[in-house]
Amino acid sequence: MSVKRLHVMFDDDDILLDAVKEIVKNKIYIYEVYTPFPVHGLDKAMKLKPTNISIATFIYGCIGFTVAVLMMYYIMIVDWPQDIGGKPSFTLIENIPSFVPIIFEMTVFFAAHLMVITFYMRSKLWPFKKAENPEPSTTDDKFLVDMESGSNLSKTKTMLKKMGAVSIKEVKE
Amino acid sequence: MSSHYEAPIRKPLVLGDKSYADISNDIARPVETPPDRDWWIAFSISMIIFLWGLGCIAYTIGTGIGTWGLNKTVGWAWDITNFVWWVGIGHAGTLISAVLLLFRQKWRMGINRSAEAMTIFSVIQAGLFPVIHMGRPWLIYWFFPIPNQFGSLWVNFNSPLLWDVFAISTYLTVSLVFWWTGLLPDFAMIRDRAVKPFRKKIYSLLSFGWSGRAKDWQRFEEVSLVLAGLATPLVLSVHTIVSFDFATSVIPGWHTTIFPPYFVAGAIFSGFAMVQTLLIIMRKVSRLESYITLQHIEMMNIVIMITGSIVGCAYITELFIAWYSGVEYEQYAFLNRATGPYWWAYFLMMSCNVVSPQVMWIKKIRTNIIWSFIISIVVNIGMWFERFVIIVTSLHRDYLPSSWTMFSPTFVDIGIFLGTIGFFFVLFLLYARSFPVVAQAEIKTILKSSGEIYKKNRDK
Repeated sequence: MSVKRLHVMFDDDDILLDAVKEIVKNKIYIYEVYTPFPVHGLDKAMKLKPTNISIATFIYGCIGFTVAVLMMYYIMIVDWPQDIGGKPSFTLIENIPSFVPIIFEMTVFFAAHLMVITFYMRSKLWPFKKAENPEPSTTDDKFLVDMESGSNLSKTKTMLKKMGAVSIKEVKE
Repeated sequence: MSSHYEAPIRKPLVLGDKSYADISNDIARPVETPPDRDWWIAFSISMIIFLWGLGCIAYTIGTGIGTWGLNKTVGWAWDITNFVWWVGIGHAGTLISAVLLLFRQKWRMGINRSAEAMTIFSVIQAGLFPVIHMGRPWLIYWFFPIPNQFGSLWVNFNSPLLWDVFAISTYLTVSLVFWWTGLLPDFAMIRDRAVKPFRKKIYSLLSFGWSGRAKDWQRFEEVSLVLAGLATPLVLSVHTIVSFDFATSVIPGWHTTIFPPYFVAGAIFSGFAMVQTLLIIMRKVSRLESYITLQHIEMMNIVIMITGSIVGCAYITELFIAWYSGVEYEQYAFLNRATGPYWWAYFLMMSCNVVSPQVMWIKKIRTNIIWSFIISIVVNIGMWFERFVIIVTSLHRDYLPSSWTMFSPTFVDIGIFLGTIGFFFVLFLLYARSFPVVAQAEIKTILKSSGEIYKKNRDK
């Protein structure tokens, strides 16, 4: 019996979570789960790796910090030092107190925007991108598991029904 | 089911017997139904005021800043008052969406979307003023450190006005992406239920193809949390830097170290008042009483009361320090502020900002919608006068008594200010009819723990 692809629909997040745990326990491969809101614990149940986006954000923040310091060092100290209100302008270290606000702002600017851009790129979100959820109701109140049928289709179906699936659809790949 | 447990002592945040589908229906309703007559009336009035404001801006740019009431003693008046007022209003949105997220305050979810919208729209109004005040707004690129043909003449990084440029632009853009990222799943909800092809097209475009995969949600939550962590110090820094515009100067009445915390508290104060004003109307008009409950209004009133008291403490501390400093210029600036020719503005500021929020100690008043609405308007007026008092009364009697003068606004000053209020409401009214005004995906996550019917059934 050939392995088929199933679209299994649930109508409750708790039932979905238990079902996903059961499917994983039976060693059936889950392609994807579509939910209308973040179901807490779903990523762990699906054994998804934790996201590294916050580490990336820290690096982006460091880049912003460096860019800000280098920019102001070049502009205010190297290229055209000026005496402004008697503030020391001949070395970076003496002039840095008045650079703090902009260093902070640029750190946040780089961290926030590059993080969001990374998120959009990694999750493939941009204008004119076509949505990929197979059923439109998964943004409303339904939960869809896109999975393999396993070697024994009828056994899998009984298991899913027992777990509370609302509908099971076989899809052609 | 135990994971959805919430102590019975906490009041429900979603009222009525709602299912997930009901939430979608309730939030999509204002978008899917045509606006009624009242909306059109409000929109037309706002639009007319906005157009009048645009006319005044055009007149200012065409003729020059001389069309304003400024004179050589009072060189900053309504423009910067309006700028600070609008930036301050903007702060509540980020506070609600970021700070309350970090503190895990679930009541945030009913109001954060509209509060963030308000932030963005009011920061747009604020940004207009420095640009108009430049006199030659087509030279706006001089704000930025770009190589140029003037012998590479750079901007001055020692200047608090330049810090402001960086702070406001960072704040506006970061708030915008924070808002939009949260909007993606809600736009997707409207897209997937749209029947008309045009609507479907528009919302597919706006939702960036959001599909709600498990991995997307995992990243979404992480991104929201980290953005909240970034936005929290950002929002505090923005009004701190706005206050530096004054605090780093040498003008008595401006040159005070208390300005940063005092401005930030004032910003949260005025921002919450504006959120209150807008949401009390919106919950009624868009029939969102189940999501923006009386408890939400009460919570916001408590924040208004506390920040109002902080602002009151700051006013009194200012007076005390002026006396205690022993500097007679400083002492005169504050004496003149309270008892000079602008005593009425000082009195308005004190009574609107310090006295009026104190009635919120009474539970009957802070849970009364009419009272909450009135106080929120009073606070908005008071906070405008606070900035007017700080700016104009510190300037109008300077070191040279022969140049002492008063400030009187021209119709252009008034027109531009009213115009920004019109513009703000034009944007907000459009938003209320085309955007999901409550973060429905987030509300759905707390339905089982904080929904009224779920709580009742669990307590049985």
